[in-house]
Amino acid sequence: MYSQGLDQRDDAPRRVDDPAATAHDSALHARFDERVDAEEKIEPNDWMPDSYRRTLIRQISQHAHSEVIGMQPEGNWITRAPSLRRKAVLLAKVQDEAGHGLYLYAAAETLGVTREELVDQLLEGRAKYSSIFNYPTLTWADMGAIGWLVDGAAIMNQVPLCRCSYGPYARAMVRICKEESFHQRQGFEIMLTLSRGTAEQTAMAQDALDRWWWPALMMFGPHDSESTHSEQSMAWKIKRFSNDELRQKFVDATVPQAKFLGLRVPDDDLHYDDATGHYVFGEPDWSEFAAVLRGEGPCNAQRMAHRRRAHDEGRWVREAAEAHAAKHPRSGGTPVGPEAQQWANAGVRA
Amino acid sequence: MTGQQVSWPLWEVFIRSRNGLHHAHVGSVHAVDAEMAVENARDVYTRRGEGVSIWVVPSTAIVASDPADKDSLFEPALDKIYRHPTFYEIPDGVGNI
Ligand SMILES: [Fe+2]
Ligand SMILES: [Fe+2]
Repeated sequence: MYSQGLDQRDDAPRRVDDPAATAHDSALHARFDERVDAEEKIEPNDWMPDSYRRTLIRQISQHAHSEVIGMQPEGNWITRAPSLRRKAVLLAKVQDEAGHGLYLYAAAETLGVTREELVDQLLEGRAKYSSIFNYPTLTWADMGAIGWLVDGAAIMNQVPLCRCSYGPYARAMVRICKEESFHQRQGFEIMLTLSRGTAEQTAMAQDALDRWWWPALMMFGPHDSESTHSEQSMAWKIKRFSNDELRQKFVDATVPQAKFLGLRVPDDDLHYDDATGHYVFGEPDWSEFAAVLRGEGPCNAQRMAHRRRAHDEGRWVREAAEAHAAKHPRSGGTPVGPEAQQWANAGVRA
Repeated sequence: MTGQQVSWPLWEVFIRSRNGLHHAHVGSVHAVDAEMAVENARDVYTRRGEGVSIWVVPSTAIVASDPADKDSLFEPALDKIYRHPTFYEIPDGVGNI
């Protein structure tokens, strides 16, 4: 994942309805708040405030876009992986990211938006995705650093989302989190191999850590004091921890791992604070963060151009599939037995 | 939209995770037809041996209960605790029953 910047609410002006409708709405609203407070899941057909729906559509779709765009930096190294084992692993990881995108698009669609709308938003540059994927992958060690740090940061963000108040999103996140831990471990394994290797390999691992450390910290989004929409997302139990809390957790978990690798975290201010039991760390360059979000990162244009090209190049496949389906309306699939029939019949009667 | 004029139908995916278990809902996929729906479901939902059988059902064929009817549908069962074995007290000496 890659949820940074994904907790921004859509503040469209509220419609003013007639008083009766407003009273009805506020009763529904009160019931909704009660259910969220009681940790009940909100499901697609349940009443929900428009702003909750819009916030979720935005967050889940940006999350999905991030998974999809996130395939590119690693896809860059599949053909150049140093061994067949590494290649198979990297391919499997990138396939997982495609799957994550699909789980998330499906979750967003339950809120009443179509897949085509979402894909259009991405292709037309109207949707955001995580800024981390606008950095280049210059060496093989970047595959290690991404798995270890980027997927590691993603896990910090995603685990609490498994308890998100919106059922389909929470369930998608459970599935995703199960798969993410392999992503992080394979990355750490690459870093470990390099850092136990030749001087050149160790230097390569250090260089990757130097380049990915700060962008990984920025994945958690701006400071809590700057993150204006967090409070509402917390109240709705979409978000469980603040950006700064998650960033701290990430640093606390990751610094000892860097030590284990024998690599240096590129932060002169970094030190352990005995009093709090946490690491104290320096300030990311927030002007860089803002620039990348504005589209001025090293790879923004390349990522979008590649996504559009891939989409265009797939057009004939989509058209062929549609033509085939139109020609053979009943093609494919084995009709299932009586158990399924009963199930289907029961569904129809319910 | 870009090359895909209409939404492809949505299919609900059910997977039998192991022999002897029933199919359970896992999610949904878009596909032009049933065959593609099964293939997509395989790629999206069974990358780690999660299943031994897949059903796909057009989402439009699913009829669901209305959340507004939740109380009238399900509340009547809540106070019938005598439908559970734990309602009955069996003395220790009786053995397994
Ligand atoms: Fe992912
Ligand atoms: Fe991942």
